[in-house]
Amino acid sequence: MSVEKQPKEALFAPKNMKLIFNPLNKENPITVQVLGICSALAVTVKLEPAVVMSISVLAVLAFANVIISLLRNTIAPRIRIIVQLVVIASLVILVDQILKAFAYEVSKQLSVFVGLIITNCILMGRLEAFAMGNKPWPSLLDGIGNALGYAWILIVVAFFRELFGSGTIWGFPVLEYTGLYHIGYKNNGLMILPPMALIIVGIIIWIQRYRNRELIENK
Amino acid sequence: MEDIISIFIRSIFIDNMIFAYFLGMCSYLAVSKTVKTSVGLGIAVIFVLGITVPVDYLLNEYLLSAGALRWLGPGFAEVDLSFLSFIMFIAVIASMVQLVEMVIEKFSPALYNSLGIFLPLIAVNCAILGGSLFMQEREYANIGQATSFGLGSGVGWFLAIVGIAAIREKIRYSDIPAPLRGLGITFIITGLMGIAFMSFMGIKL
Repeated sequence: MSVEKQPKEALFAPKNMKLIFNPLNKENPITVQVLGICSALAVTVKLEPAVVMSISVLAVLAFANVIISLLRNTIAPRIRIIVQLVVIASLVILVDQILKAFAYEVSKQLSVFVGLIITNCILMGRLEAFAMGNKPWPSLLDGIGNALGYAWILIVVAFFRELFGSGTIWGFPVLEYTGLYHIGYKNNGLMILPPMALIIVGIIIWIQRYRNRELIENK
Repeated sequence: MEDIISIFIRSIFIDNMIFAYFLGMCSYLAVSKTVKTSVGLGIAVIFVLGITVPVDYLLNEYLLSAGALRWLGPGFAEVDLSFLSFIMFIAVIASMVQLVEMVIEKFSPALYNSLGIFLPLIAVNCAILGGSLFMQEREYANIGQATSFGLGSGVGWFLAIVGIAAIREKIRYSDIPAPLRGLGITFIITGLMGIAFMSFMGIKL
């Protein structure tokens, strides 16, 4: 009796592509799963730190998902949280040291928030919910998808806060060239302050749920 | 003594964990549906922050920061282990949370049941690790200052979560646009509360 070999799944089968594209909208980690908000808001005053933060989270989440997925059959359930924390913390230390070496200015701006990737709920959430029960390749895609879902919210918030708060995009004084200042336009100082990040995310949630009616919460 | 009180007040109102740094937002949003559970979680956070920040302060002072190992002998004066601080801090926090969990389970089973999954999740509450990391970054002069910073941040977090829980209990009766219901309006209210807290910014002690 020969065991029939299972047909190998294509690497980019539609099922796998869903893992990347669903977190961008319907299962967005920030606006729907409510994960990883802590660090998301604090780094969005300017576009540059937001992008660097997104890349850091992408790297940590993708690698952590793969590593935990490879180890998933050897981890005893009782100690899984500690194992996950150790994997995440080591990856974050690597990212932190790399940032300090190659992008010192940005790493100063991000201050403690790089370290706080360790306690970013996206990481624990995805490791628990996905990587503990799936093969490495889907886990990698899931990690990348969720990090991208996290990234686009960060970048949108940072874009608006930098544009209206400081009148620049990526440090480039866009509004100065349009001549708005001559007719009495002033930068909105409130956009730079922390509360506006929350309100912008609230508005993003509003728009997203308006377009995606099934996400609306019941009373 | 004066500086200790000043740090305490500062960390409650001006450098509030939620409104100024958005730390601990995940459990803040998830647990703030009723006042009762949020009081429980808030107290647990005060307790854990009040213990972990001074413990991490001692670790940082005598083990991790540059030249901290001087007490071992002159050969160790150059050693800088600060790159290990993330992993050390998170280990301290995870074990402290385990301890708090055991204490609460023993003395208040009702609270233990109502907190449910969120108690172990304090270990990954950004406010706790954030407290230790801010303590390291701001280089407090002695353990008294570090403790008062930890307790103050905890109290600030407690105030924020109890406030939002009370508002959410009331807002259930109002007519909010459907897409904004739940998460969306909570974000916006938190933003407005943050603006209100900013009025404390001018306070100098």
